[in-house]
Amino acid sequence: MKELLWLIPFLPFAGAFILITTGSRLSKKMVPVIGAGSVGLSALVTLLIGYNFISTSSASFHFTAWQWIDIAGLSPAFAFHLDPLSLIFIFVITFVGFLIHIYSAEFMADDDGYARFFAYLNLFVCSMLILVLADNLVLLYFGWEGVGLCSYLLIGFWYTEEKNGYAARKAFIVTRVGDTAMAIGLFMLFQNFHTLNIQEIAAQAPQLWVTGSNTALIIALLLLGGAVGKSAQLPLQTWLPDAMAGPSPVSALIHAATMVTAGVYLIARTHVIFELAPIAMLVVGIIGAATLVIAGFAALTQFDLKRVLAYSTISQIGYMFLALGVGAWSAAIFHFMIHAFFKALLFLAAGAVIMALHHEHDMFKMGGLKKKLPVIYWTFLIGAASLAALPIVTAGFYSKDQILWLTLAGENGNIWFFLMALLGAFVTSIYTFRMLFLTFFGKEKTHVSHVPGRGMNIPLLVLAGLSTLAGFIELPHSFGHLTIFSDFLSPVLPAVKVQEDFESIEWMIQLIAAGVAISGVYVAQMFYVIKPELSDELKSSAADLHKFWFSGWGFDGLYNFLFVRPFVFLASINKNDIIDKFYDGLVALANLFNRIFSFTQSGILRWYIMGIVIGGILLLSLGLING
Amino acid sequence: MNEVQTVSGLLLAGILFVLGLVGVLIRRNIIFMLVSVEIMLNAAGLAFIVAGSKWAEPDGQVMFIFILTMAASEVSVGLALILQIYHQLKTLDGDAANKMRG
Repeated sequence: MKELLWLIPFLPFAGAFILITTGSRLSKKMVPVIGAGSVGLSALVTLLIGYNFISTSSASFHFTAWQWIDIAGLSPAFAFHLDPLSLIFIFVITFVGFLIHIYSAEFMADDDGYARFFAYLNLFVCSMLILVLADNLVLLYFGWEGVGLCSYLLIGFWYTEEKNGYAARKAFIVTRVGDTAMAIGLFMLFQNFHTLNIQEIAAQAPQLWVTGSNTALIIALLLLGGAVGKSAQLPLQTWLPDAMAGPSPVSALIHAATMVTAGVYLIARTHVIFELAPIAMLVVGIIGAATLVIAGFAALTQFDLKRVLAYSTISQIGYMFLALGVGAWSAAIFHFMIHAFFKALLFLAAGAVIMALHHEHDMFKMGGLKKKLPVIYWTFLIGAASLAALPIVTAGFYSKDQILWLTLAGENGNIWFFLMALLGAFVTSIYTFRMLFLTFFGKEKTHVSHVPGRGMNIPLLVLAGLSTLAGFIELPHSFGHLTIFSDFLSPVLPAVKVQEDFESIEWMIQLIAAGVAISGVYVAQMFYVIKPELSDELKSSAADLHKFWFSGWGFDGLYNFLFVRPFVFLASINKNDIIDKFYDGLVALANLFNRIFSFTQSGILRWYIMGIVIGGILLLSLGLING
Repeated sequence: MNEVQTVSGLLLAGILFVLGLVGVLIRRNIIFMLVSVEIMLNAAGLAFIVAGSKWAEPDGQVMFIFILTMAASEVSVGLALILQIYHQLKTLDGDAANKMRG
């Protein structure tokens, strides 16, 4: 059974290949069958393999497809490594990916690039699967770049509009900054271990380095650079809000199943190196905490429904980084999984809302959709509740509560991380319900033109179910104490040690977290339902702050000033390309000789004879002189 | 045959050759150019004769007969070419045949 592992990334690849080569000739019915079907089959294989994996309780499974490169000691194979961590990732990627594909079949039905869209989507899923299944870092990097390429293609999917192309390039270039750091990290890893196999590195690292070693720190920080770029964390988070230029299913795929969680995966996968570099762990935690607060406040001020969700993704990934930073590996992965469910749900629901309202993105022009779009409303409500981590009933509560608890009580935790996370939770709850109230409550401002059909509703309902039920597989100590998820991950990711004197107050932390979430909902209701004029007052009284947060804390402006403008300035100086001058000179020289020699070809016979005579005389004189 | 005759014979051959060369170079009429080429050929033949008699060898005269034969064939080919040029260009001006100008 497990030998079928190669099918999981291969099926989406085959789908993409068929769609790219024959897409324009396929009928409109066949395109989604191939596009969604390939990912669906892949999900089925994942399920079978997952069942087999758990029922035989194996620790890991290795599959080598072929030897990829073998030069001078560097011999990465095209090999897949299945263990609990990658199993969870492929499960989420294929299942959420499949639901998004089904949704897209209806959502994109009227688009000209229907086949192209599914081809990119399949390739995206394939790259991400290679990334998480890779047994060595070279193959991981291959998938990593594939994800980057597909995000570029999909963000700029509607390429006829200039700003979409700009957003696509921005996403590509900003993540490239991180990728470069990661590549250097990989070079250093190879220099130290003479292998890039992840398992071998994990086994050798503790023998090679002592805790706190400088090399480990540098490598960990370089890997973190890559993770920060892909996962849109501080300071490389600016590409994600602009990535909303792509179609909504793409945003759902980027934010939930693929792309942005790659950074979380990378750190979890190389956690051995990070454990040897406590400072790097602290940096991860600080980045996570800072990002989650900054992105949360930015989300508070957005008008665009999808931009709110984009900032909320940055913020939620900040939580995952925070969890990674305090060594709560399985908590981060748990939050990743739950986040994938509810964020895909929210994006797909938002896409349905935007489609229903003639591509209207502005929340302030929406409203009153509760009655018109009941399915969307209820599923969106479930997703929003999960994002805001409303207690007991939502999955988001269990995953976020675990992170909150471990940032305080974990052995690397501290009170500042906890307070930041709590502040973030409060803000999250406010912006989530602000979004909900503005979109679905109040007066109807734009007429509903298109009610989504079954193809869009079913994925929403399934995701809504998962966003609620998936939380119950991991319950806190004080409340049920169920640890299916972290037990499953424990062979790969060590459990975090809890400081003893905190154990007794866990219920208090949960109460605080629940209180914060609920009070956030109340604040949002106060400002946007009960007294809408309050929010306008607040906005005008702090207009500068609003503008600052609206622009995402001015990072775009800062980078524009620090990097873009100096670069453009240098480029304008070097407009004529100094290095090119040499080659221009060669060209000019060749042209000069051409002119001189073509002048001698006068066509006059007597000139030629003269030439021969002079040549003869010269040769004879030379012979006389030398002879 | 003494030294003086050899020197003056070669000198004559040289003068004839240069005269022929100058004729080829400065004349525009291609018939005159052909005539000048003939003069150059005969100058070369004279040089062979003089050199042959200097060393008392028959080779010089053998070479002269070769040159004479070659000159005869050269003239026939040359005249044919001149006729062709005249047919094509309606002139005997050699400089007019400059269609291969670079």
